[in-house]
Amino acid sequence: MADWVEACGVDDVEEEDVIRFDHGGRTFAIYRSPDDEYFATDGYCTHEKAHLADGLVMDDIIECPKHNGRFNYKTGAAKGAPVCVNLATYPVKVEAGKVMIQIG
Amino acid sequence: MEKKRDYSLVGESTRLAIETGLASAEWYHTDVARKAMKELMQRSDGPAIRDTIIWIVAIWGSAAGIIWFWGTWWVVPFLLVYGVLYGSSSDSRWHECGHGTAFRTRWMNDVVYQIASFMLMRNPVTWRWSHARHHTDTIIVGRDAEIAVMRPPDLLRAALAFTGILDFRYSLPTLVRNAFGSISPDERSFIPEMELRKVVTAARWHLGIYVAAIALALYLWSFLPLVLIGLPRLYGSWHMVLTGLLQHIGLADNVTDHRLNTRTVYMNPISRFIYWNMNYHVEHHMFPMVPYHALPRLHDLIKHDLPEPNPSMWHAYREVWPVLIKQLQYEDYFLKRELPPTAKPYRDEFHALTVPAAAE
Repeated sequence: MADWVEACGVDDVEEEDVIRFDHGGRTFAIYRSPDDEYFATDGYCTHEKAHLADGLVMDDIIECPKHNGRFNYKTGAAKGAPVCVNLATYPVKVEAGKVMIQIG
Repeated sequence: MEKKRDYSLVGESTRLAIETGLASAEWYHTDVARKAMKELMQRSDGPAIRDTIIWIVAIWGSAAGIIWFWGTWWVVPFLLVYGVLYGSSSDSRWHECGHGTAFRTRWMNDVVYQIASFMLMRNPVTWRWSHARHHTDTIIVGRDAEIAVMRPPDLLRAALAFTGILDFRYSLPTLVRNAFGSISPDERSFIPEMELRKVVTAARWHLGIYVAAIALALYLWSFLPLVLIGLPRLYGSWHMVLTGLLQHIGLADNVTDHRLNTRTVYMNPISRFIYWNMNYHVEHHMFPMVPYHALPRLHDLIKHDLPEPNPSMWHAYREVWPVLIKQLQYEDYFLKRELPPTAKPYRDEFHALTVPAAAE
C-alpha cells in the first residue's frame, strides 16, 4: 500500500516553478503549474543524474538544468533528445495547506 | 615522446575517467539565488527572432552580391561576409538552438538547428549527443568528444583549422559513412541505440542536398553553386575557430570546475553577434539553461567567483601561445586560472592530478 507523504506547504513552491523534496533516500520534484495545480515526479532527470528542481518550468514542461532535456511534468513524457526515457510521476493531493504525494 | 592521453572515447583514458569518478561527476556551481536564476533562465522569442532576421537578410544579401558580381573582383567582400555568416555564425546558431535556449518556441529552435547543422556539415543527431557529453564531461580525456586541441598540441593542425580543411576532411567522409549506415564505436559510445537510425536518415538528407548542388554546378558548368553551398565551410570558418578555440585551449583537463578549464573573453560587438555571446563561456558551461542574450547579466552576477576574463582575443591568444609551446615538451603543463579573493576556493585535489614541476 503506497503511503501519502507531506512534501511541502502550498506556498513553498511558486506558481510555474518546482522545488526538491527528499524522502526515504529518494529525491522528488514538486511542481506548481501556472493553473495552480500541483504535480510530482522523480527528482532526477532520466538522462543523467541532475536535479530537475534546478531546472526551468515553462507551462507544463520541466527543462533539465544540465542538458536542457524536456519532460511534461504532468505525464512524465520525455519530449525528445537528449531525454529518451519518461519520468516517473506520483499522485498528488492538497490537504489543509499541505502538498501530499503518494510514494509507492 | 610517449603520449599519456588517449582521446578515443572507448580507450584507456575512458576507463580511468569512469573508475576515478571524473565521468558524470558533480561539478562546481557558483551560488545563485533561485529567484535570480529563474529570471535569467526565462525564454523569449524576441531577441532570437530579431537576430535571426538580421542573420538571414545578411546571408541572402551577401549571396545575392556573390551571384551578381561573380567573375569580378567585386565578389571578394561579399565572399568574406557570406563565408563568415555561413561557415562561422552557423556554429553559434547550431549551439544555442541545440540547447533549446535561443527561442522560447521549440519549433523555432529546431528549424534553425537543422539549417545550421547542414551549413556546418554536422550530423544534427550525432552532434546533439556529442554536445550533451561535452557538457557532462567537459575536457575530461576519454569522455569529451569535442576537445578541439589535444595534448601534446598539434600546432600545424591547429593552424590549419582556421582554413576549415581538416574539419571538411573529417566531416565529409563522416557524412558519407553515416549515410551508408556505418556508425563508429566512438559515435556509439555517446549516441543511444534508439537514435542511431536518425543519424543515418539525417546524413542521407545532407548528402542528397550536396549531390544536388554538385549536379547543379555541373549543369551550369560553374563553381558558383558550390561556393554558395558547402565550400563556405572552408573559406568562412576562420571566425568560428578564432573564437571557439579560446573556449578551453591551454587550460586544465580532467577537473570538475569550469572555472579551471573554460575561458571567458571580452569581445567586440560584431564577434559577439556572430558568436551569440558564447565568449561568456564559463558562465554558459556552469549554467547552460541561460539563453545567450542573458549571459552578460549572468556574468555580472557571478564574476566575483570567476577568474578574471581575458580583456580581448588578442590577450587570450598571447596567454595561450607560450602554454602550447611548453605543452610540446610537457603535455601535463597547463595554464592555472587564478580566482579573485571573493571566489570560493579551488579544490586542491584537482591540481594533484598534474605534474607540479611542469604546471608552475
